[in-house]
Amino acid sequence: MSTRASTLTGRIMSAPSIIVLFLWMAVPLGMTIYFSFLRYNLLSPGMEEWIGTLNYEFFLTDPAFFASLANTLLLVGSVLVITVVGGILLGLMLDQPIFGRGILRLLVIAPFFIMPTVNALVWKNLLMDPVSGMFAWLASLLGLPAIDWFTNVPLTSIIIMVSWQWLPFAVLILLTALQSLDRDQKEAAQMDGAGPVAIFFYITLPHLSRAITVVVLIETIFLLTVFAEIFVTTGGGPGLATTNIAFLVYTQALLQYDVGGASAGGIVAVILANIVAIFLIRLIGKNLDK
Amino acid sequence: MGAIRLEKVKKSFGTLDVIPGVDLDINDGEFVVFVGPSGCGKSTLLRLIAGLEDVTDGKILIDGTDVANEAPAKRGLSMVFQSYALYPHMTVYNNIAFGLKMAGESKDVIDQKVQSAAKILNLTDYLERRPGALSGGQRQRVAIGRAIVRNPAAFLFDEPLSNLDAALRVNMRLEITGLHQELKTTMIYVTHDQVEAMTMADKIVVLQAGRVEQVGKPMDLYNNPANKFVAGFIGSPKMNFLGGELAAKHNCHEIGIRPEHLTVSTESGVIAATVKIAEHLGAETYLHVEADGLGPMTVRATGEMPLGEHDKIFLTPEQDRIHRFDAHGLALGPS
Repeated sequence: MSTRASTLTGRIMSAPSIIVLFLWMAVPLGMTIYFSFLRYNLLSPGMEEWIGTLNYEFFLTDPAFFASLANTLLLVGSVLVITVVGGILLGLMLDQPIFGRGILRLLVIAPFFIMPTVNALVWKNLLMDPVSGMFAWLASLLGLPAIDWFTNVPLTSIIIMVSWQWLPFAVLILLTALQSLDRDQKEAAQMDGAGPVAIFFYITLPHLSRAITVVVLIETIFLLTVFAEIFVTTGGGPGLATTNIAFLVYTQALLQYDVGGASAGGIVAVILANIVAIFLIRLIGKNLDK
Repeated sequence: MGAIRLEKVKKSFGTLDVIPGVDLDINDGEFVVFVGPSGCGKSTLLRLIAGLEDVTDGKILIDGTDVANEAPAKRGLSMVFQSYALYPHMTVYNNIAFGLKMAGESKDVIDQKVQSAAKILNLTDYLERRPGALSGGQRQRVAIGRAIVRNPAAFLFDEPLSNLDAALRVNMRLEITGLHQELKTTMIYVTHDQVEAMTMADKIVVLQAGRVEQVGKPMDLYNNPANKFVAGFIGSPKMNFLGGELAAKHNCHEIGIRPEHLTVSTESGVIAATVKIAEHLGAETYLHVEADGLGPMTVRATGEMPLGEHDKIFLTPEQDRIHRFDAHGLALGPS
């Protein structure tokens, strides 16, 4: 875009899509903000009235809010650690010239193509079921009592499932980054007397830092809103053990029919996501500037 | 000390023999250049010496000890890569210090060695920068600095100048030669550029298809090439090869005559030719001509020469500069 005319043309041409995208985002957000200041319950239609910040007060002072906030952070944090560490290890393995690498890569990527609900059902019915699940069978082979995953360690179970779903994504990004590592650099380090461990920490890991940043940022966005896995398996329970913010908003809106309260919850979730995002970008976003 | 000796060094990738078996002696302090067209195995040979590739068979002796099965770092060699292979996330200082750090040297020793290397290479002002903020020549120097601090038995250079522009290349060529004179360490230098080979080497090793074609001092290779390949590869522009009657007159299959050993005349001479393209460089003139019945030839005449396309000229080879080759391309010696 060098001349003034072409800059203007560019703006005019791109305006429609920008306007549509803006409305697409702004209208629902505006409506949600508006609803969050209303007493708006689907069980009493026609009774909507302006109640100011009351919805927010109720939502933020609800003990369920703090429990679900803690669950959300725990879920996001654990899954991030598992997928990044596991992703690096699997990536390193798949980067080696091992037998059947093509098939192995395909298998590792596969979980990412399975939709979350199916993923949850597979884990719930085939793997973690205390009676007929594979884990129970394995435990019985070892003479151990079967674990009732969703009753005894519900949040851990959710973390395992979500990690399994997101590990391929981390592997995919990190493997690509590994493959772009200049072979000469490793060889230079070898000539400099660095062993495999030193090469990993001094050469490979710094090279991966940008890819790790990308994985953490993108996964965080999606992990803050994990829903299907919880809905299908534990339904947020037992008690509030696996309720995260997204699920709490759902219970407000569709189990208690409280649109106002749910909207307030939704806005709180948006604000929280932004806080986390600012935090993350401050913390690791500088990796992206290089 | 850095005397390197290769004994029947062989390298195969699967069934493909990249290097069928090379014997070579490199004396301590010598500047040896491996030269050859791309794919001739010169880089592979260097990597075998460095230890970045395993030898299939044979011995690599450094100061008398066979290191063929030693790890690269244990061989006491330093390498400068074509791509420089600097560590992009480390400062220049840390790049140079990395090898010493891996060797477990103390901070004071590292600092002193890095500073002195930086001084030799004019890098003192750039120590805190990252490689990304350096120019090509500076990166090249950092790569050399990284090699120097380890105080190696020999330096290995893998086409270190091919990523630089022409002017810088001439500069770095002089710098590396100067460095060799200062350090007096053995250097092995791989290049496909015969000019680099001629100007820098104490000893040139000409390689083709993994075989050593000839080893010798630059001027020996220039004056007495062992075969047609070496004759054609060393010297620029390329030697002219002529067969037919002219060769028969010299009792051989083919004769070779360098472009600079032809005298040009507009009146009379041994070979009649027509000028196709004349390149006027001022100090010299390159004439690309079509010789009658012999095909294209190149002539290098000193000074300016008022010739152009379609001009008829006559060429006379200097008799004692004619190289004779048999049907297998081997040199026959003077007639």
